[in-house]
Amino acid sequence: MATAKKTVAPKQMGPQSNEPLLPHIGPAVDVGVPYPGVAPVQITNPANTAPLTDKKLAAKMYETMCTIRAFEESVKKDFLNGEIPGFTHLYIGEEAIATGICAALKDTDLIESTHRGHGHCIAKGADVNSMMAEIFGKKDGLCKGKGGSMHIADFSVGMLGANGVVGGGYNLATGAALAQKLVLKNDHVSVVFFGDGASNRGTFHEAANVAGAWKLPVIFVNEMNSWASTTPYRTTTAVEDISDRAFGYNMPREIVNGNDVFEVYAAAVRAVERARKGEGPTFIEAKTYRIEGHFVGDPEMYRKKEETKKILEDNDPITRFEERVVKAKLMTQKECDKIRTAAIEKVAKAKEYAMSCEYPDPSEFYKDVYVD
Amino acid sequence: MRKISFAEATLEAMEEEMEKYPEVFVMGEDLARQGGIFGQFKGLGHKFPGRVMDTPISETFIVGGGVGAALAGARPVVDMHFADFIGVCMDEVFNQMAKARYMFGGQAKIPLVLRAPDGMAGGGAAQHSQSVESWFLHIPGIKVVAPSNPYDAKMVLKAAIESDDPVIYFENKVIYKESAMVPEKEDEVPYEIGKARVVREGTDVTIVSYSVGMKNANGAADLLAKDGINAEVIDLITLSPWDKETVINSVKKTHRLCLVAESVKQGGAMAEVAATVAEEALEYLDAPILRYGAPFVPIPFAPTLEKLYRIFPEDLYNGIKKVL
Repeated sequence: MATAKKTVAPKQMGPQSNEPLLPHIGPAVDVGVPYPGVAPVQITNPANTAPLTDKKLAAKMYETMCTIRAFEESVKKDFLNGEIPGFTHLYIGEEAIATGICAALKDTDLIESTHRGHGHCIAKGADVNSMMAEIFGKKDGLCKGKGGSMHIADFSVGMLGANGVVGGGYNLATGAALAQKLVLKNDHVSVVFFGDGASNRGTFHEAANVAGAWKLPVIFVNEMNSWASTTPYRTTTAVEDISDRAFGYNMPREIVNGNDVFEVYAAAVRAVERARKGEGPTFIEAKTYRIEGHFVGDPEMYRKKEETKKILEDNDPITRFEERVVKAKLMTQKECDKIRTAAIEKVAKAKEYAMSCEYPDPSEFYKDVYVD
Repeated sequence: MRKISFAEATLEAMEEEMEKYPEVFVMGEDLARQGGIFGQFKGLGHKFPGRVMDTPISETFIVGGGVGAALAGARPVVDMHFADFIGVCMDEVFNQMAKARYMFGGQAKIPLVLRAPDGMAGGGAAQHSQSVESWFLHIPGIKVVAPSNPYDAKMVLKAAIESDDPVIYFENKVIYKESAMVPEKEDEVPYEIGKARVVREGTDVTIVSYSVGMKNANGAADLLAKDGINAEVIDLITLSPWDKETVINSVKKTHRLCLVAESVKQGGAMAEVAATVAEEALEYLDAPILRYGAPFVPIPFAPTLEKLYRIFPEDLYNGIKKVL
């Protein structure tokens, strides 16, 4: 029952209508052509109501989201003050995705991150002190100050690195999954995070095809935040739901509200289970919105700031979490406030720690080019 | 001693390493069933079922997947079919494979071998004949090797697989089929990546090359010997990091240097050797450095034109005679 899609209804967060994000971009166009090859094998669960019963898990996820938010706000301030070198890209408003996905993973599972990778790093369990030290380029940073924000990694928790190349992670994650299945003989799962911009890289096709053909334990997590740098995805992308492409690789997909950590988590649990059982890859499309500019300092000439502000107000994953747990009587607002305050303090301490660290000694310069 | 071909030597290396290390696996196009389009993987898929993977024609996956597998703890060998196709997956080579260790502060190891059959095999023309090793000498984080004979082919490949660093292994298509005497297995000496070998000692001129270029180096030395001129011939074997010391020591002895490679002369590996000798041992030179490489032209198809692309031992012989 491959049905033609008559209209292209935007399902992403943000404007809840066919209204364009900016008038000159134009609305999503229905060109009257069905997407070929879209088979009804999707396992999307529109209700997608993860049971709000596990208080420990909920509190942990909330703590992670608050830590990411506090971390990003701290980095933003320090970057704008000129304290942080290089480029940095913030994850504000997208916290529920990394948090929900990584909560379903074990320490031994591996993730490939993006240039917008602080959230993935925190969610996978990296130490925030060492993270902050890395972002400031200090010798006690996760990468000894050699990577910085765009190349942050913590192999000890299975975070195989942010990647300065958009779309650089698919093949790495898929290759890691292949290695687990082929020669390392374990049930570890790989996850690759990528944005809607990265979904247009050819590397997606090559990796997704292999993952589908060989049923590899890899999960493709699309952070559909509507923006590829300064370009809105609708002007460059042939499909409304990027996960429609999953069908071309015989890969089940789920579309979730990426600002609802419970939905993301529930989808991740299902995907991880499939992967561990040898049933192959899953495509999770998490609809969200990029609240910050592409990079810190982006003048954002391409959109209206008040619009972005309203989108966050209406869809903040942290507020959404609070509303859901309080309504379900899983946690109280007071409990939430306590966790949030502690997260802010933890990040403040991480900043202090980073400030107390030294920059790398010149003797480090030639180290780590080669092992031998 | 025993006689085996270059291709057989690489196969022996693969078999021995796969037996020794369960985390070694191979992937690329046409390997398991076909045995590699040049037969260099023949039988490997049957001997190691599930560890020789026929990939789709997806170069970014072949290399990027290899990098990911290495990061996860495997020891992959990936095959490029033709060295020319590395262009398809350059990001995976120079931004992922080469950078992961340094930019992650030493957390990553990338024990990956990228095998790349290169060189003119007659009629391959512009996109199936190139020797592209020079591109990779400009990229810190990668090691580059290009053996010239069956014995080195085996020992260098074994060293590359055992290395915890990414190694690009250039193997020339013409010399695949050529056989030579190699030591019995118990007499083999492990190769240390980064070491050149003086294959012929001499006093009058130093000739340096690698891979198929060694045919010209040795051929020229034979021609010179007939005139009573003793050429010292050095096979670099590793191009990055290359063995500066062996070359400079030889120049200090012979006071003349002739460099030859099949790849494009401009910006080639030999330009680096020439520049380094000029920087560090100019006072030992009694004559200008001679350098032979391909003209700055894509490789043509027609035999009459392809021939113009080639260097011959006589070219070196004539050049050296003029500076003696």
